Amino acid sequence: MNLWLWILIACALAYLTKLVGYFVPAKLLESPRIMHVAGTMTIGLLASLTVVNAVASGQGLVLDARIGALVAAAVALWLRAPFLVVVISGAAAAALLRLLGWS
Amino acid sequence: MKLRESPAFKVALSLSIATGLYGVSFGALAVASGFDFWQTMVLSLLLFSGGSQFAFIGVVAGGGSGVAAMTASALLGLRNGIYGMQINAMLRPGGWKRYVSAHVTIDESTATASGQSDPDEQRRGFWTAGIGIFILWNIFTAIGALAGDAMGDPKQWGLDGAAVAAFLALLWPRLKGREPWAIAAACALATILAVPFVPSGVPILVAAVVAGVIGWFSHARMDEGLEPDVDPYAEKHQRDRGDKK
Repeated sequence: MNLWLWILIACALAYLTKLVGYFVPAKLLESPRIMHVAGTMTIGLLASLTVVNAVASGQGLVLDARIGALVAAAVALWLRAPFLVVVISGAAAAALLRLLGWS
Repeated sequence: MKLRESPAFKVALSLSIATGLYGVSFGALAVASGFDFWQTMVLSLLLFSGGSQFAFIGVVAGGGSGVAAMTASALLGLRNGIYGMQINAMLRPGGWKRYVSAHVTIDESTATASGQSDPDEQRRGFWTAGIGIFILWNIFTAIGALAGDAMGDPKQWGLDGAAVAAFLALLWPRLKGREPWAIAAACALATILAVPFVPSGVPILVAAVVAGVIGWFSHARMDEGLEPDVDPYAEKHQRDRGDKK
């Protein structure tokens, strides 16, 4: 039930963030600093989420089949594969490595 | 102009199909991360911003708390506020239309509109991509969630690997130039260093702080990382370059 609450708060915040752009005078948001922070934060969060999902297991760091997924995804992206193909490559690599006995 | 002849309409339509399709991966991953069908659908219907949705379920999948998931998702959605400002300046939607256009202000709709110079084309591109993706993204989220439910052990199918791939694919288009790479590397390192010392989910917020500090003090191009992560006109750009030869 608790999770529902955070889901709904996240939804409200996401919508309000979008809406702010329509109501706040452009001058306030057009500060180069704020725009730059919004940009670097997007990059930083996505990099962090990639790493956490690849090597974190609770509070430990492990190298398992997910590393294979990371490499496969990078190769697919480098070959300019579309998003869905990249995701499937990641899943296939992890599943295959597990089938071969690497947890 | 007939809608079928509008370049922005065509681009928006194909982008809607491509983006909508990967709603399948969101639906399947959400269910594999322990979300039920309706929680998954509410994220796609109401949160409706791919990166933030993946962030929310990614934090929970890693054992993080609801607060951490909400914070990561909200911070990742900050760029949508800037997109809102850009679309507002471009289309000037009035009355109730503002509230609808705010909801469909995402990477893809912003990119489609800002790639056009004619105001009518910008409007067509924005609304077609925004509404088209909203409809297809939700249909395919539902399909993914139902399929994920039927799949059994998510690890056997490599769904945790799919999550890794999804985040890398969201990050990849933003890594243009040296500064974005440096930020990504610094934040990845900060994450790894933080993992053993703080509760799950918090390392992501540590990385957000690092990224925020870098952004605040560095003086690179101001829109770095802020260009929407898709270039709907990539093919056309390639053609244009080809013509010049």
